[in-house]
Amino acid sequence: MFSLEGLTNFIHEWLNGHLPATFALLAEFVLVGVAAIGLFAVLGLGLVWMERKVAAVIQIRLGPNRIGPKGIFQTSADTVKLIMKESLTPANADKFLFNLAPFVVIIVAMLILVPIAFAKAFQIWDINIGVLYVTAVSSLSVIGILMAGWSSGNKYSLLGAMRSGAQIVSYELSAGLSIITIIVLTGSLKISDIVASQENGWWIFKAHIPAIIAFVIFIIAATAETNRAPFDLAEAESELTAGFHTEYGGMKFALFFLSEYINIFIVCAIGATLFLGGWMPFHVGHWAAFNHIMDYIPSSIWFFGKTIFLIFVIMWFRWTFPRLRVDQLLNLEWKYLLPISMFNVLLMTLVAIMGWHF
Amino acid sequence: MGAASLLVLIFAGIAFAGGGISIALLFVKGSKNSQKGEAYECGIPTKGSPWNQFHVGYYLFALIFLIFDVELVFMYPWAVVVKKVGMMALVEIVIFFFILFMGFLYAHKKGALKWM
Repeated sequence: MFSLEGLTNFIHEWLNGHLPATFALLAEFVLVGVAAIGLFAVLGLGLVWMERKVAAVIQIRLGPNRIGPKGIFQTSADTVKLIMKESLTPANADKFLFNLAPFVVIIVAMLILVPIAFAKAFQIWDINIGVLYVTAVSSLSVIGILMAGWSSGNKYSLLGAMRSGAQIVSYELSAGLSIITIIVLTGSLKISDIVASQENGWWIFKAHIPAIIAFVIFIIAATAETNRAPFDLAEAESELTAGFHTEYGGMKFALFFLSEYINIFIVCAIGATLFLGGWMPFHVGHWAAFNHIMDYIPSSIWFFGKTIFLIFVIMWFRWTFPRLRVDQLLNLEWKYLLPISMFNVLLMTLVAIMGWHF
Repeated sequence: MGAASLLVLIFAGIAFAGGGISIALLFVKGSKNSQKGEAYECGIPTKGSPWNQFHVGYYLFALIFLIFDVELVFMYPWAVVVKKVGMMALVEIVIFFFILFMGFLYAHKKGALKWM
């Protein structure tokens, strides 16, 4: 009932059966656009609420509990509040870039959605270079952040943006290398091929120690790339007020806040696709009966379940580890994670060539 | 859906961000005040330009990142075919990594990775 499988095909056929081809195509475009905007709104509201609830559980308090059951409409009320707030443009800001930056950040976050497989046969466009596309486009969000920080005309913003830039580009390397360790096994960059290759077990279980090392490195790099604690130097409250979005207020601030959560979702979705099988149910080798039972759970629930689990892990990090210093942050990447992940690629290549994986 | 989906999503992004900002404009009653335009720093008037010099370390890291990122892009096609090519691909990538790692060690020895 909750499955999204075949929904796209059904809509495609229905539209083409009832409308001329041009209008059917236009209708599909509108549907995709509306679906993407809807996903953004739901994810933004849902993940902020989840973050606050997870924080509350870890700190043994109640968290938001006034508006709606379990406070589920708290974030909607916050959005209404943010709409009512005036968003100022500072007098000495670069006004064009200052107003352009939220657009850049949101558009980049939108574009990364393209190759992600949300369920079986439920993808916007199955690009043949899917994973490379995701790494390429996700690094564009640095431009939006640097734009926002530079144009604000505020020293805190500039420092926050520079830190954020240095951090995101550094951790992209080890994230890229841990993606390559899985590409070595699948032999394809297409998301649908990567998911299909995990039909008899997810890569994290099938490919021994190198896959587990790659997964751990990927999660660390994902936390750093999304500027989350313990790597949230870019907006370290005690040092830089709010980092690159210090000067933003009202709806423009809300857009930055939203894109941060969307980026967490996307990074976790890629992690779930590469290591935990995407929408593929939990299958074990040739246990046909067991695999058959697992197939009863719809693929969309598998995908969102895995993604939300990874998001939960990243939220858990925030309340477990203290914030790093900027030199410790860069040392961790360049002196530990990068050499380890380079060696890990070689190890995985050996495993793949010798056929030691399942 | 093909490449048109990129264009569709760019428009969706503009509609989402622009819609949010313009809805907010409808509700906001702005007021004029010369102090509202000041930078959010510490209350006293700010000194100097915000666009001043910053640490050269960021530049060094950006340069090293550029080298490694280009190497990373070279590795994607290699990773796709490595299973078909077999042992030869492993030998080649070991040589490639050895040269890359020598450069990395040189940068490390010169102190480019040290944050002062």
